[in-house]
Formats: sequence, C-alpha cells, structure tokens
Amino acid sequence: MSGYSDLTIWAIILLTGLGTYALRWSFLGAVGNRPMPGWVRRLLRYTAVGVLPAIAAPLVAWPAATDGQPDPARLIAAAVTLAVGMATRNLLAAILGGMTALYLALYLTA
Amino acid sequence: MPATAEHISAHDLTPAQRRALGRTPAQALRHGIVQSLPFMLVLVPFGMLFGVVAAEAGLQLSQALGFSVIVLAGASQFTAVQMIMDHAPAAIIILAAVAVNLRMAMYSAALVPWLGEARPRERGLIAYLLIDQTFALSLQHYEKHPRLTVPQRVGYFLGSSIGACLPWIIACALGHVLGRAIPDSLALDFAVPITFLAMIGPMLRTLAHVVAALVAILASLVFAFLPAGTGLFVAAPLAMLSGALVETWTERRRVMRA
Repeated sequence: MSGYSDLTIWAIILLTGLGTYALRWSFLGAVGNRPMPGWVRRLLRYTAVGVLPAIAAPLVAWPAATDGQPDPARLIAAAVTLAVGMATRNLLAAILGGMTALYLALYLTA
Repeated sequence: MPATAEHISAHDLTPAQRRALGRTPAQALRHGIVQSLPFMLVLVPFGMLFGVVAAEAGLQLSQALGFSVIVLAGASQFTAVQMIMDHAPAAIIILAAVAVNLRMAMYSAALVPWLGEARPRERGLIAYLLIDQTFALSLQHYEKHPRLTVPQRVGYFLGSSIGACLPWIIACALGHVLGRAIPDSLALDFAVPITFLAMIGPMLRTLAHVVAALVAILASLVFAFLPAGTGLFVAAPLAMLSGALVETWTERRRVMRA
C-alpha cells in the first residue's frame, strides 16, 4: 500500500536505526573522553534547527493534498503553529494550536 | 567535567543532594522513572500521532512498531514516514532520517564525562535509549548532583528512559490501531508539517537558531527543484553553517563589548 515492498520498508527501518544508534554510541562507546573540536560541536548544535524547517517548508508551500497548489488554510495553520511554539515553548500546545487553526481555516475557506 | 568536588564537605550539601547521594542504584532508577513521567503528556499524544500517520502512509502495525522500537526518535520517524508518502528513493529516506539525528552525537559526547566509566554493556544500552528527553533530564540531574556514583547515574538514566521511551512505543501502536477509524476530512496530511513546525518553535532560543531556521526555509524552497528530496542536503548544511557563523559573530561582539 505504501508503494514500497515490505523488504524495502524494513531495510529503511533497520538502516535508519543502525545509523542513529551509531550516532548515539559514537562518543559514549567508541571515541571516549577525547574532546570534540569546537567547530564540530558548533555545527552539530544547529542540525535539528537546520533540518526540520528544510523538510517542513516545501510541505507547507506546496501541500500534496492540494496537488502542490499553495493553500491559504495550510499557510495560516503553519504560521499559527510556529507562533504558538515560539510563544509557549511547548510542543503539544503548538500542535494543538496548529491543528485548530487548520480546521478553522479549512472551514472558513470551504 | 564531572566536578567530583572533594573540597565540598558533606554539610555543604542541600537536603536534595544528600537524598540523591543516599540512593541505591535501584532507588535512583525509581527516582528517574518518577521524574520522567511528565514527559508522557507530550510523548503519548505525539507518539499516537506517529502511529496514525504511519497507518496513513500504508505501514503495517509491525512496521510502525519497528520504527518506534528500532529507531526510537520522533523527528526522524516522522521524516522517514513523510518521505515514504512522497515516494522518495529508500537511500535518500535513510540519509535524511539519520541526518535529523546528528544532534545525538552531541548528546553522546556530553554524557562521556558522567557515564564514560560505566560498563561497556551499560553504555551500549544507554546509547540505545538516548533521546532528547532522557538526555536533558539526566544531564540536568548529574549537574545538580555532581557527586553521584556511576551506578547511581546509570540507574537514574535507565529509570528516565523507562518513563520516556516505553510510553512512546505503546502510544505509537495505539495510534496505528485507532488511526484506521479516522476519516480523510481530518486533513491529517498536514499533521506531519505541523508536527515539524511545532518542534521548531521551542528550538529558536538564540538569534543563531532563528537565522539557521530562516536559511533552512529559504534554501529548501529555492532548491526544491532538485530531484527526490535531495534539496534537503543542500539546505540543511547551509542552515547549520549559518547558525554556527552567527554564533561565532555574536560571541565576538560580546567579547568586544566586554
């Protein structure tokens, strides 16, 4: 149903898990107490904040559900999610705020 | 560095510190469970959402569970499932889902001063259970109680992961089962972008983080023409570099002003 064979899905799961485990184990297990160069730590600090918006932005700008046409309701929902997250620093509040905004906007623009 | 703090005598300790030092490893483990329970408020609904989205993407229950047990990382799991829905090539999916977890290497390094002396098997287990929540909670605990023994630290970490990882896995399964009853009109296609955006907001702690996020957004839109999600691998490094540069720049300005 997903368009991938079961084997492919399991390969994705296993290899992603293996790669993630290697990252988690890296210093604790292998590298030990040797300090990481400052510039490496500095770059790593921005991985999450560099990767997540880069995944989200195209999904917001060209949603699959509207065949890639920019959709006002989804743009509003995205803005509200970001704003609530920044204001409350709370993941759950941001998700709930964003979904509420989405339903309201979809209802009003329908 | 672990401040062994030999120069602090026992009567300088706060009551909480004295209690922490008096715990057996098993009691430290129980303490870790109790202190990680508030995370359930976020992890249970968030995990259920993953289960729902995984079902939506056509994954079987065993595969959704496989993600939660083997990968055990929310943002990474959502990334993989979103890219499965977009029919990206498997190798690109794996690269992106692992890239989201690069910060775990930083967590791993940050724990070395506290847990580096633990047995290899314990360190192996801790590495598996190293997620945002267990890391943040344990590091905070170790810094507050610098004189804990290594077994006490290991106990606390394992306790915190029972309270954080187990509910996540159960919630994912629950979401997958309940998700089949959810109608299309709920626009769950947009649950993943919203989840990502919701994770970004709380991360924007400094100017450098804000700049990194803005560069990530702009670059990902500019490079969206690249095939099958590879634009991400241009946008994310650009964003990380911008964040690091702004951090260097703000630090230099602070030094110059002082």
